[in-house]
Amino acid sequence: MAADVHKKKGWEVPNGSLTPGDGQHTERSESPTPGLAQGTEPGAGQEGAMFVHTRSYEDLTSPEDGAAAARSPEERRGEPAEPTTMEQISKDFSELSTQLTGMALDLEEEMRQSKEGKLEPSPQTTRRDSVLSGKEEEDVTMDAWRMHRKHVFVLSEAGKPVYSRYGSEEALSSTMGVMMALVSFLEAEKNAIRSIHADGYKVVFVRRSPLVLVAVARTRQSEQEIAHELLYIYYQILSLLTWTQLNHIFQQKQNYDLRRLLAGSERITDNLLDLMAHDPSFLMGAVRCLPLAASVRDAVSSSLQQAKAKSLVFSVLLSGNQLVSLVRKKDQFLHPIDLHLLFNLISSSSSFREGEAWTPICLPKFNSSGFFHAHISYLEQEMDLCLLLVSTDREDFFTVSDCKRRFQERLRRRGVHHALQEALRTPFYSVAQVGIPDLRHFIYKSKSSGLFTSPEIEAPYVQEEEKERLLGLYQYLHSRAHNSSRPLKNIYFTGPRENLLAWVTSAFELYICYSPLGTKAGAISAVNKLMKWIRKEEDRLFILTPQTY
Amino acid sequence: MAQKEVLGTPPEGIHPTYPYKVVLLGSTSVGKSSLAYRYVKNDFKESLPTVGCSFFTQMLNMEVATVKLEIWDTAGQEKYQSVCHLYYRGAHAALLVYDITNKETLNRAKLWLRDLEKEFLPDEIVIALVGNKVDLAAEREVATEEGEEFARTRGLLFMETSAKSNYQVNDIFMAIARELLQREQEKARAPSPHGRSTVTLGESRVRTGCCRL
Repeated sequence: MAADVHKKKGWEVPNGSLTPGDGQHTERSESPTPGLAQGTEPGAGQEGAMFVHTRSYEDLTSPEDGAAAARSPEERRGEPAEPTTMEQISKDFSELSTQLTGMALDLEEEMRQSKEGKLEPSPQTTRRDSVLSGKEEEDVTMDAWRMHRKHVFVLSEAGKPVYSRYGSEEALSSTMGVMMALVSFLEAEKNAIRSIHADGYKVVFVRRSPLVLVAVARTRQSEQEIAHELLYIYYQILSLLTWTQLNHIFQQKQNYDLRRLLAGSERITDNLLDLMAHDPSFLMGAVRCLPLAASVRDAVSSSLQQAKAKSLVFSVLLSGNQLVSLVRKKDQFLHPIDLHLLFNLISSSSSFREGEAWTPICLPKFNSSGFFHAHISYLEQEMDLCLLLVSTDREDFFTVSDCKRRFQERLRRRGVHHALQEALRTPFYSVAQVGIPDLRHFIYKSKSSGLFTSPEIEAPYVQEEEKERLLGLYQYLHSRAHNSSRPLKNIYFTGPRENLLAWVTSAFELYICYSPLGTKAGAISAVNKLMKWIRKEEDRLFILTPQTY
Repeated sequence: MAQKEVLGTPPEGIHPTYPYKVVLLGSTSVGKSSLAYRYVKNDFKESLPTVGCSFFTQMLNMEVATVKLEIWDTAGQEKYQSVCHLYYRGAHAALLVYDITNKETLNRAKLWLRDLEKEFLPDEIVIALVGNKVDLAAEREVATEEGEEFARTRGLLFMETSAKSNYQVNDIFMAIARELLQREQEKARAPSPHGRSTVTLGESRVRTGCCRL
């Protein structure tokens, strides 16, 4: 069932000079240095990783992106069988561009005003009334609609709307037609449109046949990061339909209206976009653990491990969007992206709080061609503790449901219930625990385990905009560090309201935010102190001994 | 067989438990989850579309037996319809839910009925047609008589309910449980008093088989 990628070793070091020896798991250095090899940094699992190894989002955006690459436009361009001829597309394009809606018009206006406006298409005979069909949702002709910081559109290759973050898809159908025309226009010339930059806006295109994803953003994110978010949206759609079904549908009928199949799931996509705007998990391509005493976590993990069934592949216990424990079948690795999609699914629906849910779900990074069946339930009414059991057999509901019962029974017998409840009361720790006065916040990711840790965001980042601004700063540093043409290892950023430091090695990534009055020397000593603290606390903040059935 | 005969006249102290699988079927947002939630938790909240399906159990103490209803609340969305037959396979009862303020949902319920009739023999499954959202009577598109008449011609139980104002929700599940029990009793009594000797004969034959081994 598993694709080849998942059979590979949990951790691999891309840099040949850092090849880790076998003994490294035991030689965990007390005071971490930049020379730390992967697998020995704080938070690295002692018995291999839980996840498919990922170098963060390069995995997503790089052309060798597993199966997805097979259908990338690059490859498609080589195909001689491309049915659309240049003339046809030019014709379509000029037809479509006569139906520009308010939104597209304004975008164009902005582009024209900006000095760098590269794109000035089409005559503009607007038919604004076509836009007025939007009913229950936002009016797309209003200023408020245009003021959103990030729009996301998904359309089919026939130019049919599939999803719009704001406003109804019907009202935006001609806008999406224009978007498709832009894509096809360049493809006809054996080229591909990736982004348009104008007047503080970035219009980013991601092509994953049979879908086209477009973001119109005025955030500080890089083009690469926006594309990364669009890919998450693509995977989200796959998780509901599978890649096989999606392709089959469009092979049968090119102008199929995919909204029929996605009806009722828009909020899952909406939720994912909201989550990405304030949860660093997606940016880091890693998973955050609920801080928990190692003994309690071990008891939970072994209870999970014992409540197994033949068809079970993954058992996951989570709280909020934090991982409590994950047990997997031997040789089967979950990809952090798939886990993020599962977290998002659970957080986007309150309906899992009642009863037991049993739902088909595709884990696109694991295997995009088929459905797993997920048993989702909360352990107790008042407790934010959700159990997710992923099975290969759709007939196995009662067996899997019994696993839950057995898990709960073992948990009770081990008497860790109370300790778990305590841990849930403080799901985030305060940065004050580290004992560095100027330190305001940090994100530390262990690359080999795919896990990261981060304290609660505290004052002065109280308001939602402030929190988003902080994440925006991390996004900025992250994009500089991971810039494909000029990656950086160390970044020191001095801002008016805070200073930041980023440090990326082959083993870990660290981003710290501290007082604007702090000095660079202070920041460096803070990093050393912080790394020692993380090492000291690692068995509480990370899952060091992942279990298999 | 013998065990089921107890059902007709339960002796003191013996109270059998019957598990029944009940599925809720119908278009998206007609109130399937709300009906289940009202029935199981006696509460109402605006809920989001169900993902896949949800499973609830409810025990009912009836005069003659304890009934354990295993309720499968399915998602009404089209993408789950390919897997829906999995959910209703082996069901003892089905609630076909429509929204009285939306005529189309009744038509959809009729299609569900056709699917069920393909899958089950008439005496294999108890089917109830449920017109939900009577609290929105002002926006009614389907007259009570229309649902009633359709249910009568097809031999379905029928009730109009409101999960929001808790109108007849308990009643419809009770009616289903009663019907299920009654059918159980009829099955136990059937086919005729003479039937018993046949059963005994059959049993003795089986026993002979056992001895031979």
